[in-house]
Amino acid sequence: MNVKRAAALVALGLTMGGIWASAQAKGEVIGVSWSNFQEERWKRDEAAIKAAVEAAGGKYISADAQGSNEKQRADIDALVTKGAKVLIVLAQDASAVLPAIASARAGGVPVLAYDRLIEDPNVLYLTFDNKEVGRLQAAAVMAVRPKGNYVFIKGSPTDPNADFLNAGQREVLKPAIDKGDIRIVGEQYTENWSPEVAQRNMEQLLTKNKNKVDAVVASNDGTAGGAVAALRAQNLAGIPVSGQDADIAALNRIAKGEQTVTIWKDSRELGAAAGKFAMLMAAHTKPAAIPGAAPWSGGPKKLTISAVFLKPTPVTADKLKLVIDGGWATKAQVCAGVAAAKAPAVCK
Amino acid sequence: MRSNLEAAGFDARFSALVLALGAIWVALAIATDGVFVSPRNLYNLSIQTCVTAIMACGMVFLIVARQIDLSVGSIMAFTGMMVAWTQTNKLGIEGNVGWIASIGVGIVGGLLLGLFQGWWAAYRGVPAFVVTLAGYLMFRGAAFLVADGQTLAPLSDNFQRLGGGLQGSIGPAWSWLLAGVGCAALILQTHSARRSRAAYGAKQHPLWADVLKVALIGGALLAFVAVVCAYPDPSSETESGKGIAVPVLLLLVIALVLDVVARRTRFGRHVWALGGNPEAALLSGLPTKRLLLQLFMLSGALAAIAAVITTARLGSGSHSIGQMAELYVIAATVIGGTSLTGGTGSIAGAIVGALLIQTLDNGMVLLDVPTAQRQIFIGLILIAAVWFDGLYSKGGRK
Repeated sequence: MNVKRAAALVALGLTMGGIWASAQAKGEVIGVSWSNFQEERWKRDEAAIKAAVEAAGGKYISADAQGSNEKQRADIDALVTKGAKVLIVLAQDASAVLPAIASARAGGVPVLAYDRLIEDPNVLYLTFDNKEVGRLQAAAVMAVRPKGNYVFIKGSPTDPNADFLNAGQREVLKPAIDKGDIRIVGEQYTENWSPEVAQRNMEQLLTKNKNKVDAVVASNDGTAGGAVAALRAQNLAGIPVSGQDADIAALNRIAKGEQTVTIWKDSRELGAAAGKFAMLMAAHTKPAAIPGAAPWSGGPKKLTISAVFLKPTPVTADKLKLVIDGGWATKAQVCAGVAAAKAPAVCK
Repeated sequence: MRSNLEAAGFDARFSALVLALGAIWVALAIATDGVFVSPRNLYNLSIQTCVTAIMACGMVFLIVARQIDLSVGSIMAFTGMMVAWTQTNKLGIEGNVGWIASIGVGIVGGLLLGLFQGWWAAYRGVPAFVVTLAGYLMFRGAAFLVADGQTLAPLSDNFQRLGGGLQGSIGPAWSWLLAGVGCAALILQTHSARRSRAAYGAKQHPLWADVLKVALIGGALLAFVAVVCAYPDPSSETESGKGIAVPVLLLLVIALVLDVVARRTRFGRHVWALGGNPEAALLSGLPTKRLLLQLFMLSGALAAIAAVITTARLGSGSHSIGQMAELYVIAATVIGGTSLTGGTGSIAGAIVGALLIQTLDNGMVLLDVPTAQRQIFIGLILIAAVWFDGLYSKGGRK
């Protein structure tokens, strides 16, 4: 799997490089400040950024703040001292990082805010569109069950993304709700995005509604797993359920027909875009002039920032091939325990 | 009133707790138009309570001995991941060897983590609060590393029965049989206790009190079995009831064993003596260090069993299970009358405490109360319970 993934990344990097190399400054140093590299997912991001930067002739350097605001401040200064021409920053804290960003800018080093918002009008903000994730979730569920009783299993009450997601979900369902086709018969936040909490809440919502629930809009794959476990205990598994993150377990549920969709935010795509944009910025492209960038002011302080939002990919049973071909999951993982009779095409 | 109760062999504190629980149940039943007390909801409630209750049984011993274990939630996460990983990556989900061995791996893992913490706390003199706070961080991190943050699925079908879901109960016939055996044992035990009291000329509880006690406990057991048998199994074609759920059975066995250990064995007496007066315990030659080590291992093993149930219930291994579990477990233990100053506490109290917390969580979701308000309410109940406890023990000293 790893070999395949690496091969895919190299291929991706080479194509990117081929397209963009002409427009870019060679030999520039791109510095990346990670907030906490211990978390598994950033390794995938790093490989993609590195490949994109090196394919465009740049040099990749990085530092890991290990979850500390103070260390990130020092890291950013150190990266500039080491000769970084552009910084890619995954902020540990959106506010605490601002002084470091200001001093980098004073030194003439532009900053790309990677995946997490840094509210400074001069940065380029690059992330997946969370509201769009919510829209895609609701749309996929509604495509299967356009009418009936819906339940929201929302994310953690302390995570602003949980509300962005729910806003997107409601936006898509609103016309049908207004017409009376869809009724929201229950909604609960899930503390810490914990699957067991989602399971308990789903059990209670099913009890309350005497099992008259036709669809579940869950905000990520962990909570979807909890909801599906509760449905299974009532022999209801199979009604539409949404998710997010393309967890292996969720892909397996999709192959089994227990979950409808998971929204895939391919971090390699995000990393490749960041590397590409950073090299453009090294060649003195202003954030606003980056391809795909648009002014955005949806942050807490309502400052206008140039932002690029990548489109996430919905993965349904007929799209499972996408994640397998992309090297995200293996066929064996996705198709584990799937009954041959009901298996989607990809498992046959 | 109180002295009358106690002369009749009723624990006033425990009785008050049960009455409070009863009052909350009545209120919730009215507020939800009876949905709360429907067989289905009570069946779910019994399963939802198990995880907290099982860990609370171990926490009673630790808190009685003036220790604390903040790491139980993280041990749950780690051992749960070990169980799932053994099934998905090592032994496979077909057949029965894999899932049974995976439970063994989980429990051994829990014992070892307990051994590690117990060693630091007992033999190296690091306060339990600090050791287990460190464990809280370390084991959560270790849980992440088991599968690099991924969720592990699918798990063995037979293993998933331990979670009480589909085919996760023992059916009406076995349930009634167990209830019958339980009632018979209760009557016999009370009878023999009265006989031996008479033989040694000890003070006898009044006959009516003992009869009432047997009737109440036996009645509760029979009522519980009647309720879970009245809940039709959603997976079966026939209208047969579910009966007692497997995790509830596990809880009953664990609680029974630990209650006997607490009250009837040397180990239990040592723990209570140690908590009542550590210096006296040490001076009278109790193996205090070894006791502490064993208590942490007990807590680790129980957390592993809780992890098995949670993992089986979810049908997948997730590294994020058990968050905040330590706080709910400690809250249940304290609400159940275990004193943080050590020396007093009961298994039965802790289980009712866990049931009370889960009741609030369960009922308030039925009433559409949002998370934030639920947390505030459970917090208030915790303060009220400890305040009541303080009043009670002050009254006791008069």
